[in-house]
Amino acid sequence: MARELLKGNEAIAEAAVRAGLDAYFGYPITPQTELLEYLARRMPELGRAFVQAESEVAAINMVFGAACAGKRVMTSSSGPGMSLMQEGLSYIAGAELPAVVVDVMRGGPGLGNIAACQSDYFQVTRSAGHGDFRPLVLAPATVQEAIDLTQLAFDLAERYRMLVILLVDGNLGQMMEPAELPPFRDQGSVTAPWALSGAEGRAARLITSIYLQPEALERHNLALQAKLTVIAEREQRSAGMWLEDAELVVVAFGSAARVAQNAVEAARARGLAAGLFRPITLSPLPVRHLARLSPRARAFLVIEMNAGQMVDDVRLAIAGRAPVRFHGRMGGVELLPDEVLQAMHHTIGDIRVSGNGSRSFHREVR
Amino acid sequence: MTVEQCVYERPAALTAAHTHYCPGCTHGIAHRLTAEVLQELDVLGRAVGVASVGCSVFIYNYIACDFVSAAHGRAPAVATGLKRVLPDRVIFTYQGDGDLASIGLAEVLHAAARGEQITVIFINNAIYGMTGGQLAPTSPVGMVTSSSPGGRDPHLAGYPVRVCELVAQMEGAAYVARRSLHDPAEIRKAKKALRTAFECQLAGRGFALVELLSTCPTNWGMTPEQSLRWIEERMLPVFPPGEFRNVAASNVQR
Ligand SMILES: Cc1ncc(C[n+]2csc(CCOP(=O)(O)OP(=O)(O)O)c2C)c(N)n1
Repeated sequence: MARELLKGNEAIAEAAVRAGLDAYFGYPITPQTELLEYLARRMPELGRAFVQAESEVAAINMVFGAACAGKRVMTSSSGPGMSLMQEGLSYIAGAELPAVVVDVMRGGPGLGNIAACQSDYFQVTRSAGHGDFRPLVLAPATVQEAIDLTQLAFDLAERYRMLVILLVDGNLGQMMEPAELPPFRDQGSVTAPWALSGAEGRAARLITSIYLQPEALERHNLALQAKLTVIAEREQRSAGMWLEDAELVVVAFGSAARVAQNAVEAARARGLAAGLFRPITLSPLPVRHLARLSPRARAFLVIEMNAGQMVDDVRLAIAGRAPVRFHGRMGGVELLPDEVLQAMHHTIGDIRVSGNGSRSFHREVR
Repeated sequence: MTVEQCVYERPAALTAAHTHYCPGCTHGIAHRLTAEVLQELDVLGRAVGVASVGCSVFIYNYIACDFVSAAHGRAPAVATGLKRVLPDRVIFTYQGDGDLASIGLAEVLHAAARGEQITVIFINNAIYGMTGGQLAPTSPVGMVTSSSPGGRDPHLAGYPVRVCELVAQMEGAAYVARRSLHDPAEIRKAKKALRTAFECQLAGRGFALVELLSTCPTNWGMTPEQSLRWIEERMLPVFPPGEFRNVAASNVQR
């Protein structure tokens, strides 16, 4: 199939359709709305379900209901709507239902603004809802990757009976880039052995998240945690450049990684041994890949479009083996390569001053 | 020779499990009526129930069909999701008054407005049973509850919400009726209303809701018998039984 100029939100919507999306439920919120609008036309055209819900609370519970039937189902929203969905997300996790949620981030807290931001990293990776659970979180950096990860999101959701959140920066939802859409997938007629469909000819089934006995609820939690362990083992994904000999590793996800890449390229041109590490799965964070870098890397610099959220996880992964610094912008203020480059120089300077940087960070450009 | 004839037995749609309900609670009657109707309409095998959060959260132990338990108040949204992907199945919710008329009012009203092809069974016992007897949106003025110890004072806590009257405003609603479970004649009418509500879904006529006035002897602080009388004396004047909307009967075109 040919590459075409596609808008992030619409590309995600069409990728979901081609992955076999059976039902979409959503509520308008910028910068996600094109996704809902696109599917409002596309889903009925294909005889599939679309409902504009009365709220994100209702939307996520419609997702919950359709997921109970073993169908491929999705909603999309942004920060304020994600906050409203938290109860439903927790029920989906508790009932082990496969579902895909697209969060096209905007600036917060409160009503904030509609500019590009990454301030909901904690919300989706740490506190997507009450109770002990973590969703799988995927963070694309380009429109093409958003398409690819949308398809992967459905695969992972179904493989693990799991909530998968596609965490998209607002600018990525809004921007147009050349990208290639995948072919249509077979929607598949086999329904899951746990799905509800009416008990004709079999024992009645129940989907619930209630376990009144503490021992039973602990067993349920242990099973959920065991699944997360398997996922952490198998599903860590990351990308990188110039990491083989990098002494300063810049860590960034989503569109921030694109800005960081420009800065790293500029640094390399000046002979600095810098590299870029980009987590693609934010939950589980690719900590194994990150830890592998730390013997060589003498410093890490985390770049985010927020006050510093993923940096906490990077520090946990590096576990004191190297200094981890942070630079970020908030409120949707555009992050620029120059300031990242400056932050890189500050990081190196600090390390020299603190005495463990007598060796040069500079390398001959090859 | 005498011929033994069974005139009354547990419908197969009702499981043999002993319920967890308090003595005198009418959830049991409402369950039985629901099970009988599902069985008589021969739709038990393609029914999916949506349980709510409240004393009836374990309804799936008693009615022998597929069930999902929804979050508090969200059953009509969950039912919407199910029905949109399983249009040929029979989807129903079973909700209390705290669940439906307070935290879940938006979900039930919008499901009705959209004309979702689902059946909502609404148990109005004028109190929050499961959490121990707090004021409900349907508590009559003056009713003493654990969170209105001086009786429901309209200046502080307003007035009861009349759900049927509200839902009947929705064009998408096809059948809306209120019945009571306080005496045998009313119970028979309640069953008929439930039947009509499920038939409405089978015929694709739109959203159907049946409100059933119910007891909560434990949290009302009464004997079962006093409770039945309390429905008659205190609930019927606020919540008059009747059909509030019946689209086929009134020939309203959708
Ligand atoms: C979001 C949320 N808020 C509060 C509760 C606590 N809660 C459980 S049941 C209930 C009230 C149920 O009352 P009702 O719907 O009238 O049903 P009943 O128990 O009387 O049958 C409440 C408030 C909850 N489970 N979830």
